[in-house]
Amino acid sequence: MATGTEIEEIVGKDYQYGFVTDIEVDTVEAGLNEDIIRQISAIKGEPVFLLEFRLAAYRKWLTMTEPNWQNVRYTPIDYQSIVYYSAPRSGPKYQSMDEVDPKLLETFAKLGIPLNEQRALAGVAVDAVFDSVSVATTYKGELNKLGIIFCSFSEAVREHPELVKKYLGSVVPVADNYFAALNAAVFTDGSFCYIPKGVRCPMELSTYFRINAANTGQFERTLLIADEGATVSYLEGCTAPQRDENQLHAAVVELIAHKDATIKYSTVQNWYPGDENGKGGIYNFVTKRGLCEGERSKISWTQVETGSAITWKYPSCILKGDSSVGEFYSVAVTSLKQQADTGTKMIHIGKNTKSTIISKGISARQGQNSYRGLVKISKKADHARNFSQCDSLLIGSECGAHTFPYLEIQNPTAIVEHEASTTKIGEDQLFYCAQRGISAEDAISMIVNGFCKDVLRELPMEFAVEAQKLLGVTLEGSVG
Amino acid sequence: MLSIQNLHASVAGTEILKGLNLEVKPGEVHAIMGRNGSGKSTLANVIAGRSDYEVTEGDIRLNDKSLLDLAPDARAGEGIFLGFQYPVEIPGVKTSYFLKAAVNALRKYRGQEPLDAFDFMEILKEKTELLELDESLRSRSLNEGFSGGEKKRNEIFQMAVLEPKLCILDETDSGLDIDALKLVANGVNSLRDGVRSMIVITHYQRLLDYIVPDVVHVLQDGRIVKTGGPELALELEKHGYDWVDGGAA
Ligand SMILES: Nc1ncnc2c1ncn2[C@@H]1O[C@H](COP(=O)(O)OP(=O)(O)O)[C@@H](O)[C@H]1O
Ligand SMILES: [Mg+2]
Repeated sequence: MATGTEIEEIVGKDYQYGFVTDIEVDTVEAGLNEDIIRQISAIKGEPVFLLEFRLAAYRKWLTMTEPNWQNVRYTPIDYQSIVYYSAPRSGPKYQSMDEVDPKLLETFAKLGIPLNEQRALAGVAVDAVFDSVSVATTYKGELNKLGIIFCSFSEAVREHPELVKKYLGSVVPVADNYFAALNAAVFTDGSFCYIPKGVRCPMELSTYFRINAANTGQFERTLLIADEGATVSYLEGCTAPQRDENQLHAAVVELIAHKDATIKYSTVQNWYPGDENGKGGIYNFVTKRGLCEGERSKISWTQVETGSAITWKYPSCILKGDSSVGEFYSVAVTSLKQQADTGTKMIHIGKNTKSTIISKGISARQGQNSYRGLVKISKKADHARNFSQCDSLLIGSECGAHTFPYLEIQNPTAIVEHEASTTKIGEDQLFYCAQRGISAEDAISMIVNGFCKDVLRELPMEFAVEAQKLLGVTLEGSVG
Repeated sequence: MLSIQNLHASVAGTEILKGLNLEVKPGEVHAIMGRNGSGKSTLANVIAGRSDYEVTEGDIRLNDKSLLDLAPDARAGEGIFLGFQYPVEIPGVKTSYFLKAAVNALRKYRGQEPLDAFDFMEILKEKTELLELDESLRSRSLNEGFSGGEKKRNEIFQMAVLEPKLCILDETDSGLDIDALKLVANGVNSLRDGVRSMIVITHYQRLLDYIVPDVVHVLQDGRIVKTGGPELALELEKHGYDWVDGGAA
C-alpha cells in the first residue's frame, strides 16, 4: 500500500521521447542581432515586408524587458547563446515522402506521428516541423481540391504572400509581449492554414513540433484563418528529445475566425520536462490568441499540457463579433519540478458573446501549477456571459496549486460565474481503491481521468486516447 | 476461513491491538462489539492491510495462507472485503466504472478473463434489484455528495457485486435510520450463503436484531475479552459495557 512518500514516487517515469536524431544540420551562428535576422530572412528567401516585420519586432524587443509576473522561477535565459536557425541539411523541400531523410522518418515513427500515408488514411493531414523547417505535408492534394491551403509557413510566404501579409501580426501584434516580439523577429517556420468561405475541412489538420538540435530555440509561427462559414479542427502535438540544457520554445499562434466560422484548436504538449532534479527541459513560452472577427464565429482551445520544465501560455479569445463564442478547455499536469502558469483571456467586445473556461490543474511530486485567467467584459458587450470552472488536483504533499482569476466587468448586463475547487488524492482514496482490488497506479489514473474528462472529451477521438496515455505515463511512479 | 493468532498491531508507535485471537469458520457471522476507541476499526484495517498499521506480532491467515506479506489489493484478491466506517468520495469516477475496474482487477488477480460490459451490466442490475437500490446510484460519482445512509448502502452494493469470501462491515449501521438499517441488513442477509463468512462490527446491539450472528465478541483495549452467542449482545445492551469490565475482572 502506498505511504506518504510512496505517493510522491508514483509520478515519474522516464521521458519516453528522449532520443536525439543524428543528422546533419545547417545552422546560423549563435546569438541575436540584425545581421542574424537578415541572414535567416535571406536563407528563407523572404519578401521585403517580412524582413521589415522581423526587424520592427526585433527593435521593439530590444526595448522590452522579460516579464516576471508569472508564478514560475527559472535561471535567466542567455539570448545570445541560442542558435536561432537550424535546418536538416538535405534541404527543406520534399516532393514526396520517399525523398525525406529516412532518419527523420524514423524519428517521427518513434514519436508515433501519423506522417505516413497509412496513418494519414485515418484522416489526419500532418505538417511536421522538425526543428525549424517544415519537412513534409501530407494530404495536400485532397485539401487543394477544396481550396484549403495547408502548408508550412515558409511555403505560404512564397505562394500566398498576400494572405500572410494581411493576417500576420493582426491578432498578436509584434510588440504584444516580450516572447511574441522575439518570435516575430526570429521565427523560422510553422504552419499556415486557410479555409475558404463555406468549406468544412473534411479531416483533422495536424502539426507535430519537435525540438532536436542542441541549443536551438524553436520559434514557430502558426497562422490559421477560417473564412466566412468555414469549419476546421486543428491538432498540434509537441515532443522534444532529452537534453541537459534548457531549451527555449517561444511560439506564436494566431487564429482568425470570420463570420459563422468555427475553429477548434487542440494541443497535446509533451516537451521534455527536465529530470527529477529540475535539470534540463523546455521553457515553453507561447502566445496563442484567436480573434472571433465575425458574427457567430467560434474559437475553441483545448490543451493537454504534460511536458516542459516551464509552461507559460494563455490561449485567448477576442470575442469581437456579436454572438461569437470562445472556449478554453485545459488540462495541465506538473510533476517532477515542472512549473506551469497557464490559463486564458476571454475578451468580450461584441454583444451576446459567450465564453466557457474549464481548467483542470494536476500537480504531483514537486510540481507547481497555476491557473491564471482574465475575463473582460467591455462596455459595449451587452448580455455577455462567461462560465469558468477551475479545479485543482494534488497528488502527494510537496506539490502546489494556485488560482489567479481576474475579472474586469464594464457592462452591467454581464453574467459571469466562477467555480473553483481543490482536491487531493489522499491515502484514504488509494487505500479504498486498493481494498477493492485496484492498484495504486490504476487508481490514480482512474481518478485523474475522471478529473479531466470534461476536457478530454473535447479532444478529437485519436488525440483523446493519446492524451489519456500521456497522463498515465506522466503520473506513473507517483505512488509506489 | 479466517484465523487470527496473538495479533499485536500499532499505529504511530502506539500499540492498539494487544494479542487478539479470532477464529471464523466458513459461513459464520461474527459480531464484534466494543466501546469507541477499543480497536474495532483498527482490527478491520489491519486485516485489510492498511499501511499505517504495523503488525508487530502474531499472524492473520485466510484459508491457511498468511496475509501479512500481501498488499491490500492482493488481500482483496484473496477475497477480503471491508465495508468502511467512513467510505471515501471519489469525484469524477462513476460508481459503475469504479466497480467494473474493481471486478476486473480482482478477476485478473484470480487469473480470470475480464468481464465484458454486457455481463457486467447484468450483474449490476441484478444486485441493484436485490438490494432495492435506486438505479441512479451507480451512475453517480462514487460516494460524491451521497448521504451517510447512501454511502453505507453503496458499500453493501459493492460487497454484493464483488462477492468476497470474507466480509468485514465496520459500523455499517451507524448513522442509519431504521428503514435504511433494515435495507442494509436484508442485503447482508441475502449474501449469507453458508460459505461466505462475515465479521460485523458494531457499537450497538440494534443491528444484530436484523443480522443475527452466530458468535458475538466483545473487544476491549485491543483484546477480545468475552465471547458468546447472540444472547451476549442482548446482555451488553441491558447492562452496558461496564458490565464487561466487571465480568472480565
Ligand atoms: N491512524 C491512527 N492514528 C493514530 N491513532 C489511531 C489511528 N487509528 C486508530 N487510532 C487510535 O487507536 C485506538 C482505537 O481506534 P479504533 O480502532 O478506531 O477504535 P474503534 O473503531 O473501536 O472506535 C484509538 O485510541 C484511536 O485514537
Ligand atoms: Mg471504528
